[in-house]
Parts: sequence; C-alpha cells; structure tokens
Amino acid sequence: MSMKRIFNALALLAVLASPAAGAGEYRTVLPGQSTIGFEFSQMGVPIKGGFKRFAVQMAFDPARPEAGRAQIDIDLASIDAGSSEADEESAGRLWFNRSAYPSAKFVSSRIRALGGNRYEMRGTLTLKGRSREMIVPVTFKPGKAAATFDGAFILKRLDFGIGEGMWADVATVANEVQVTFRIAASGK
Amino acid sequence: MSTALRYPTPAVVLHWLVALLIFVAFPLGVYMHELPASPDKLKLYSYHKWIGITILMLAAARVMWRTTYTPPALPASMAQWQHRVTHIVHGLLYVLILAIPLSGWLMSSAKGFQTVWFGVLPLPDLVGKDKALGELLAGVHQALNFSLLVLVFLHVAAALKHHFIERQPFMQRMSLSKKGQP
Repeated sequence: MSMKRIFNALALLAVLASPAAGAGEYRTVLPGQSTIGFEFSQMGVPIKGGFKRFAVQMAFDPARPEAGRAQIDIDLASIDAGSSEADEESAGRLWFNRSAYPSAKFVSSRIRALGGNRYEMRGTLTLKGRSREMIVPVTFKPGKAAATFDGAFILKRLDFGIGEGMWADVATVANEVQVTFRIAASGK
Repeated sequence: MSTALRYPTPAVVLHWLVALLIFVAFPLGVYMHELPASPDKLKLYSYHKWIGITILMLAAARVMWRTTYTPPALPASMAQWQHRVTHIVHGLLYVLILAIPLSGWLMSSAKGFQTVWFGVLPLPDLVGKDKALGELLAGVHQALNFSLLVLVFLHVAAALKHHFIERQPFMQRMSLSKKGQP
C-alpha cells in the first residue's frame, strides 16, 4: 500500500467518523462557504451585489424540519452594491440610512417541508426599521463535510423604504431585488 | 480617376449623423461625470452609452462603405503637404470614431456595468469586472476624446479656411444637397 493510499483511507475514515456525515441537526454555520447576494436592474442593466459580513444562528434537522429555526443578522456596512460609488450612496438616508439602521435581521417563524429536499421558510425581515413577513423557498443539500441551504426570493425594495424620494423611481432602479443565499452548515 | 466633387450620398449622411451624435455625446460625457448620484445621472450615463454604441455602429458602416469608393479629389491648388495632412487627419478621425466608443464599452464592462443598448440589447462584456482596468480605460477614453476634440477643431478649421478664405468649393464635398454638382 502506497503512502497516498493510506492517506486516502485515513481521510475517508475521518469523514465517515465526523458528526456531519450522519443525519442529525445542522447548527454550525461555515461563514467561509456561505454567501448572501442580490441582483437588481438599473436602467435595464443587471447589477450584482452582496453582503460580506453576516451572522447566522440556526438549527435544522431534516427529520424534524418544523422544529428548525434560523436567524440571520446582516451588517449593512459590508455591502457590495456593484461599485464604490453605489456602496457609499447606499449608506445614505434615502437608501439604508445606515447610521440609524446599521443591520438587517431575519428571524424564521415556521419551516415546512415541501417534499424532496425543498422547504418553505417563513419569517420576518426587518430592514430600515420596517418588518415584513417573507416566504423563502429553501433547497437543502446534505453533504459529507457540510450541508448547504440555498434560497432565493424577490424583495421589493420600496416595501422597506430602500430608495426614497427621487430614488423611488422604479423606472431607473427596479423595485424587485432578487436575493439569493447559500448557507453552509455542519452538524452539531 | 473620379471627377466627383462630392462624397457619395450614404457617406455624406453617415458623416453628418456621426458628427451630430458626437456633438451630443461629448458634452454629455463631460457634464455627467461630475454629477452627484441621482436617477438623472444614471439616465444620462445610459443615454451617453446608447449614443456611443450607435456611433460605433455607424462608424463601422462608414469605414466599410469608405472602402467601396474613391473620395472626391482634393483641389489641385492645395499644397502636397496639405494633402498629406488631410489624409492623416481623416485616417485618425476614422480610428477615433471607432476607438472612442469601443474604449467606453470596455470601460463600462471593466467597471462592472454591462452596456444594454437602449435598455434592450445587451452587449457582451469583452472584459471582466476589474477596478484597475476600469480606471485605466477611463483615462484612455478621456485621452482619446481630447485628441478627437483637437482633431475635430483642425478638421473644421481647415474646411472653413479652404472654403471661405481660399474660395475653393470645399463644403460641397460633404453637402447634403447635390446642388453645384457637375
């Protein structure tokens, strides 16, 4: 047996022995493998962005999805709005008003299995002091080292007063913002 | 050897269309640049890009069409060095009306903004998002534009001088009307 084979066999054993390999509850979020992004249309041009810093607290057991819960806190200062000019502009009173509302928060209220690996997560999103009920479809993918939770939903920015006054013009910056996220978590 | 005094009509129409669009896009580019962020600024940037891409397409058509005809001969009274300078300036103007919109398109891609012509036709991003490249291309776009400004000034001044001071039938070369043609 070559050293490489022995190493591979050991690596496999390590993976099999790790708690994430079996079914169970996922609660340790891996920030390096998790992303929150968004995309919107500006003068017909798709603009991609995201948030680099966010904290997720969660517990999810595919055997008992209804007992699952998630809370996500997003540091709005970590925004990438597509350009440095947009990053600066987004901090202002008409956009996120970040000095008064530095973070966004989502708290789940109910998780329901939709069949297969698909789930529906309901919860409240609080942004710029306004709270709205959201319904977020999530796809769960179990993995050896970590499971991933992928979701996407449309957020209407004007529901939260994101872009007030002159920026309320949706012909220039669309009202619909496509939010996508991937949360990676390992078991226990 | 052609004895025509005037460029073929399609070339004349393309010349004036491109000239008109440059006279809109250039000051717009200078003006919009320093505006504070606002929806109007986003609109002006889009209009500038749409006009620029239109110029690029018209310029490409012009250059292709240019290979199909012999332009009217310059007056024999013009000195040889003037003939040479005229050809060089015309050549540079052709290069710039292609290179300027192209540099703007590339700059927009490098800055992370795809160009969508009239908000309808998405143009491919020929370069990826790259902040340093975006800043470099912004400098290139500006330098090319100020070269254009100088050359257009020369071009117009020379045409006016040949026409009004030397009293050559010079403006007929690019006239939209066929009056005075042999």
